Order: sequence, then structure tokens, then C-alpha cells
Amino acid sequence: MIAVTRRYRFPAAHVLRSQALSDEENARLYGKCSNLHGHDYGIEVTVAGPVDPVSGRIIAPERLDGLVDHHVLGPLSHRDLSRHPWFEGQVSTAENVARVIHDRLRGPIASEGSTRLLRVRIQETRRNGFEYGGE
Amino acid sequence: MVRLTRALDFSASLRYRHGDLSPRENERLFGPAARTHGHNYRLEVTLRGPVDPTTGMVFDLGDLKEILEREVMARFDHHDLNADTPYFEKLPPTPENFAQVIRGLLLEALPAGMLDRVVLHQDADLSVEIVEDPA
Repeated sequence: MIAVTRRYRFPAAHVLRSQALSDEENARLYGKCSNLHGHDYGIEVTVAGPVDPVSGRIIAPERLDGLVDHHVLGPLSHRDLSRHPWFEGQVSTAENVARVIHDRLRGPIASEGSTRLLRVRIQETRRNGFEYGGE
Repeated sequence: MVRLTRALDFSASLRYRHGDLSPRENERLFGPAARTHGHNYRLEVTLRGPVDPTTGMVFDLGDLKEILEREVMARFDHHDLNADTPYFEKLPPTPENFAQVIRGLLLEALPAGMLDRVVLHQDADLSVEIVEDPA
């Protein structure tokens, strides 16, 4: 199996707060993350598929850049994720950020040809990384 | 089974060119990459196998270092991928094609079944991985 990975980043704010919990419970569960704060999110998008015999590419990097820009970076960059419609009803943890981005990119990448989205990795900070492969 | 990964860094020059296309077609298809340029590559090679009960190793790191020196560094480091190697007379040295060349060389050089994956980073924002099927 051969796959190509491209790395992007976007700055965004969020606050971790579950609707199902009280203020005290949220503060206890999420600690300092229950204050509004932000990250430079790193995203790694991995696309698998056959290598085109002429271009030598699985997908043209600039094409993938265009899809990620249109479907992810534009909508999420410089936003408060916890107030973003994509996160209505769910907490904007990096786990959910990875799932939401995967859901947004899966269709557009599949319609490029024989390509498929293999996984999305979110680097929330230099120390915390999260991967989602669609299972 | 245990996996071990060794990383190596090397630099090379290259230009994208498909042997069946005219210079003008190559330029149209590959843009700036059709001109001679260069990259600082990072290669991660992962081996897999049982731990030898006597040595406590999956594979002798000294032997692996020697193989990588011979198969990768001597061939590619501070060389021109188009002029100094026989692998890109027809196909362009995209990271997809380059990773497949390296994989082929390592499959030949390593004991059967030991190669788990190669990951070739072209720069900080783009990498290609080739993962072998499970044994």
C-alpha cells in the first residue's frame, strides 16, 4: 500500500465544555481547557491510491491543497471551534476535530478518482497527536 | 513481533521528466518541478520480526546501517537522481516513484519478510509511505 501525506496548519480557538455536565463537573473534567484558549492545529492528511504512470503522483499536491483549503482550512481557520456549527452537540476535543475533518474530506478525496482518504492526524500541540482512519 | 525504525538524511538534486513527453509537455505537466532543483530527504526504514532470544535484537543495527549506507546513501546522497542513477530515465522522480525505487532496493538487500515500511519525507510538509502487507 502506498500513500502520500501532506501537512497543513490552522489557528483556532476552543473551549472544552460538555452540555451534559455542570459547570463544576466541566471544570473538574477539563481543567484549564475549560477556559477559552487556542492552538495552531497541525493537520496531516494521508491519501492512498495508485500512482499515475505519467505524472508519478497519487494525487497532485496542489489539487489536494485546494481541497483541504476549501473544505477545512477556510471554514475552520481563525474561528472558535466550540461555537462552530460543525461542533454543535459535540465537544471540540482534538479527537472530534480529527473525526470532523475526516468526514469533510472523505467524499471530496474519493471523488478525485481512485484515491481514498487513509487517515487524518491532528497535532493539537507539539506533545499531543490524534489520528482517525474512519473506523 | 517487534518493529524497529532507522532514519537517515540525504540530499539530492532532481527534475521531473517523463521520458515519453517532449520538453514542453514536461514543463506543462510538472511546472517548476521540471527544472533542476533539490531536496533534503529524510527516509525512515522500519523492519519487523521476532526478537532473537540470544542477541535480544530484531536485526543487527550495524548491519542495517551498512545496508542503508550501500543501498541508499552511496546511490543518492549528494547525487543527481536523473543523471547519476538509472531509475528515472523514463519515470519522473516524484516522491511516490522515488519511494518505490528505494523499497525495491531494500527488499532485495534485506532478508525476506523483514521490511515493514519505508517513509520518504521530501520536506517538512510532504511524505510518501509504502507499507508491506502483513506476513
